Amino acid sequence: MSCDLVRRAKRVAEVAALHADSVDREGRFPAEAVAALKTERLLGLQVPTQYGGEGAGLAQIAEVCCTLGQACSASAMVFAMHHIKLASLVTHGLTSDWHCGLMAKVANEQLLIASSTTEAGIGGDLRNSLCAVEAAGDMFSLGKDASVISYGAQADVILVTARRNPEAPTSDQVLVALMRDQMSLTRTSTWDTLGMRGTCSEGFRLEAKGVPCVQILPKPFAEIAAQSMLASSHLLWSSVWFGIASYAVDRARSFVQGEARRRPGTVPPSAIRLAEAASALQAMKATVVSGLRRYEGAQHEPDELSSIGFAVSLNNIKTTASAMAVDIVQRALGIVGISGYRNDTPFSLGRPLRDVMSAPLMIANDRILSNTANLLLVQKGGGQLLSA
Amino acid sequence: MVSDDIIRDILRQNEAMSPIVDSLGEDDDLFEKGLDSFGSVQLMLALEERFEVEFPDTLLNRRSFSTIRIIRETVTKLSMGAAA
Repeated sequence: MSCDLVRRAKRVAEVAALHADSVDREGRFPAEAVAALKTERLLGLQVPTQYGGEGAGLAQIAEVCCTLGQACSASAMVFAMHHIKLASLVTHGLTSDWHCGLMAKVANEQLLIASSTTEAGIGGDLRNSLCAVEAAGDMFSLGKDASVISYGAQADVILVTARRNPEAPTSDQVLVALMRDQMSLTRTSTWDTLGMRGTCSEGFRLEAKGVPCVQILPKPFAEIAAQSMLASSHLLWSSVWFGIASYAVDRARSFVQGEARRRPGTVPPSAIRLAEAASALQAMKATVVSGLRRYEGAQHEPDELSSIGFAVSLNNIKTTASAMAVDIVQRALGIVGISGYRNDTPFSLGRPLRDVMSAPLMIANDRILSNTANLLLVQKGGGQLLSA
Repeated sequence: MVSDDIIRDILRQNEAMSPIVDSLGEDDDLFEKGLDSFGSVQLMLALEERFEVEFPDTLLNRRSFSTIRIIRETVTKLSMGAAA
């Protein structure tokens, strides 16, 4: 990653860290960090250069996710979710003038994009919708009982899944981009959670009328989900979790080093536990990085992106990284002890621990494992060490 | 012999495909018609069983099972390979 990008990400992380406790305590949107993301122009990173962005790849976005994850999990997750949506626009919207225009607006005006896939009656099953696009001429209307839209109240654009038309089966979906002034959002549920309190993943009744049909992405959502969303979600979430885990290990390291300085000539007993945590962190990093590399290699090969082997490896990255992140933060807490358990010391780990516990639950690992289980019924295997 | 009829019979076992199998054209995209990830794996298993072939990992992607024509061509190629 370029030094410039590292510096910009670190400046945002400083702002995010300053407000992380109040975002968590009050369960409020990380407005200061998102304002800093806009100031540093990080919301348009992925937009192609011809539309005013920087044409950044997923690995660069992932690095920023990690940097932010070390400071404020909620800010990092908002940034990740925004870029997961932007990845879909960049991958599947280039053939549509309207969506190219939207990308230019995202870059120029630093618009924040949210996602509405979850729906009452369907739950978290991304690949089914009840609500439908109802077209009349060149315009359509859409109403959705969106039981979760993370930072829906703060977003400038929401990408919404819906059935192609009222007669279509629940799996025949499209993805539509709705601008803030084209829809009404009525809050139907609040977000009072153990951790990740700042993502404000509230429920809404979403209503949009008189929206031009050109705002419907030209590709079927099935293809968008398989070719850009699966990879970008699992890889960017995992990068956020890696950031949280590495922050916790840094706290533990600093604690152990303090002990060592107080008793020169001895290795503190907790150093062994630190060695275990550092080893786990390295394994987690290798998991995430190998996924990013594989994605970069497959990015322009639709057959590889839609292959069973690729889906299995991404599913594995999500389940592995999410479980490891929780384990690593818990190990760090064990090393730091009561200073980590308290909320008022430089070693406090309560907030990162509560935040990271969302990792195995956001798209429950069991759901992902059952999907993998199905795919393994036909995969043949025989992989090599240095290739897929 | 890999006939469209047998492929259609296999597709009929899928819940989403069953009501529309007879109206499917050779080149209709099955995923656009409602075939999902679970269904496509079940389809692959049924084809492997019926035609006594094994799809290598390189063919386990969306395109290889996207239309009746492509399925027929893929399975034909594999069964000829197995006979040779």
